[in-house]
Amino acid sequence: MEVSSTTSPIVSLHGVGKSFPNGVAALRDASFSVHEHEFVSLLGPSGCGKSTALRILAGLMEPSDGDVIWRGGAAPDGSKGEIGFVFQEPTLMPWASVASNVYLPLKLAGVTRADALPRIREALARVGLEAFEKAFPRELSGGMKMRVSIARALVTNPKLLLMDEPFAALDEITRFRLNNDLLSLWAAMRQTAIFVTHSVFESVYLSSRIIVMTSRPGRVHAEITVDAPYPRSEAFRTSPEYAALCRTVSKALVDAMAQGEAA
Amino acid sequence: MTPRRPTRAEEAKERTRRERVLRALLPVLALGIGILVWDLVVRINDIQPYVLPSPELVFRTLITDWPLLWGSLVVTLSLTFQALILAFVGGVALAIAFNKSRLAEYSFYPYAVILQVTPVVAIAPLLLIYLPQQAAVLACAWIVAFFPVLANTTLGLNSVDRNLTELFRLYGASGWRVLRDLKLPAALPYMLGGLKIAGGLSLIGAVVAEIAAGSAGAGSGLAYRIAESGYRLNIPRMFAALILLSVAGIVIFAALSLISHLILRRWHESAAES
Repeated sequence: MEVSSTTSPIVSLHGVGKSFPNGVAALRDASFSVHEHEFVSLLGPSGCGKSTALRILAGLMEPSDGDVIWRGGAAPDGSKGEIGFVFQEPTLMPWASVASNVYLPLKLAGVTRADALPRIREALARVGLEAFEKAFPRELSGGMKMRVSIARALVTNPKLLLMDEPFAALDEITRFRLNNDLLSLWAAMRQTAIFVTHSVFESVYLSSRIIVMTSRPGRVHAEITVDAPYPRSEAFRTSPEYAALCRTVSKALVDAMAQGEAA
Repeated sequence: MTPRRPTRAEEAKERTRRERVLRALLPVLALGIGILVWDLVVRINDIQPYVLPSPELVFRTLITDWPLLWGSLVVTLSLTFQALILAFVGGVALAIAFNKSRLAEYSFYPYAVILQVTPVVAIAPLLLIYLPQQAAVLACAWIVAFFPVLANTTLGLNSVDRNLTELFRLYGASGWRVLRDLKLPAALPYMLGGLKIAGGLSLIGAVVAEIAAGSAGAGSGLAYRIAESGYRLNIPRMFAALILLSVAGIVIFAALSLISHLILRRWHESAAES
C-alpha cells in the first residue's frame, strides 16, 4: 500500500533476516521504510520478530541477512543520545531516584548533573512527574514507572524513538491515558517514532502508518496508512473511521497469521 | 454511656502489637527459665564449680576477670574485623575479576571452592607452621569468610536486568561504566547478604585458628583464653569467655544487618518498610 510521505526515508530495511545461534529464525526478508516524523507501528503476533527488528534498528543487534540503510549513510548514534528506547517493562534502576534514572542517558553521554538538571526536570514535567524527582521506583505505580521510562527516553531529545510494547503490561485505563500522553508528547516533539505492539486498537489509535507482520519468521504482510489527522483524542477512539480502520487492520493481521502458519 | 467498641482495624492493630511484644518477651523468658534450671541443677546435685559452675559464679567471673577477658575480646574482635574487611574486599574483587574474565573464572573458581570445602580446622595447623600466629589466624578467618562474599557477589553481578544492560549498551557505556553504574549497584543486595554471613564466619575462623594455635601460641584472644582456662580447669572462666564470644557474634550479625538495612531500605524489597 501507499507510503504517506514523499521525502526520502530516514531508514529502509531491505530483505532483513535474523536467525539466532539456536536456529530460530526471528525475521526473514523483512523490507520496509520509515520516514522522518512518522509514527509507525510494527504490528504482529507474539514472536513475529518485531522486537528483533526494533533491536536491529537500535543497533543492539546485527542482521544476519539484508541491509539496513540510513539516510546520509550513518545510523543514529545511541552514545550521543540520538536514539530513545522504551522497553516493555519500565526497566528502571531500583537503586536510583527518579531523577537519577532520567539522568542516566545524559550521564553516559558525559553531561554533568548540574548541567543536566534543567533537562531532567523538563523531561519529568512533560510526563507529569515533576513532583516525583526524589522518589524511588518502588514507590511508584506501574503507570508512573512507565512515564519515568518515557521521560528517560526523551531526555536526550532523540531523533528516533523506539518503543517495544511499552504499555502491554498495564491495565486498559492506564494504557489509554498513556496513549494520549504519548501522542501529545510526540505531537510536541515530532521525533520519528517506531512502536512495536500486538494490539490492533493501540496501533490504529497512535500511528500514522501500520506495518503488519506475519508469524515467525516475521515478514512484512501489509502496510496500512492511518489518515486521521493529529492531534487525536478520545473522540477519534469512538469515531466510525477508527472502527473501520480497526476492522481493516484486524483483517490484515488475521491474514498475516494464516500466512505465517502456512509458510 | 457505654464504651465505644473497638473497630476491626483497631483490633487487628492491637493483635499485631501484642504479638510483637510476645515475640520479644518469649526468648527472654526462655533464657530466664534456662538459667533457673541450670542454677537448680547445680544446687540440688551440689556440682563442683570445676565440673559445672553455677550461673551466678559465671557472672561473677565475668566481672572479676573483666580486664583480662576484655583485652582478649579486643584481640579477637580486631582480628575478626580485619579478616571481615579483607574477605569483603577480596571476595568482591575476585567476583569482579571472574565477571570480567572468563579465563580467570575458569582457572581459579574451582580453587575457591576447594578452599571453602576443606575444613579450616585442618588447614589451621599448617598455616601456623608457615605464618606468624597473627597472620595465620587472619588467614584462617579470611579463608572461611571470603567465599560467601565471592559466591553472592558473583550471583549478583550475573543477575543484572537484561534490558538495563541493553540500555547501557545503547547509550554506548564502556565496560567499566557498566560495572560501576549498573552491575555493582545491582549486586549490592547480594554482596551485603554475603557480608552478613561472612561476619559470623570470620569470627568462627578466628576462633578456630586461635584454638588450633592453643597453648603453643603466644596469643591472647578469647578462644586462647578458653583453651588456656580448660587446661587450668578454670571452668567458670571458660563459660564467661564463651558467653562473650556468643555476644560478640550476635552483635556482629546485628550490626551488619543494620548496615544492610540502612543501605537498602529506600529501594530494595528485602529491606523496605511496608
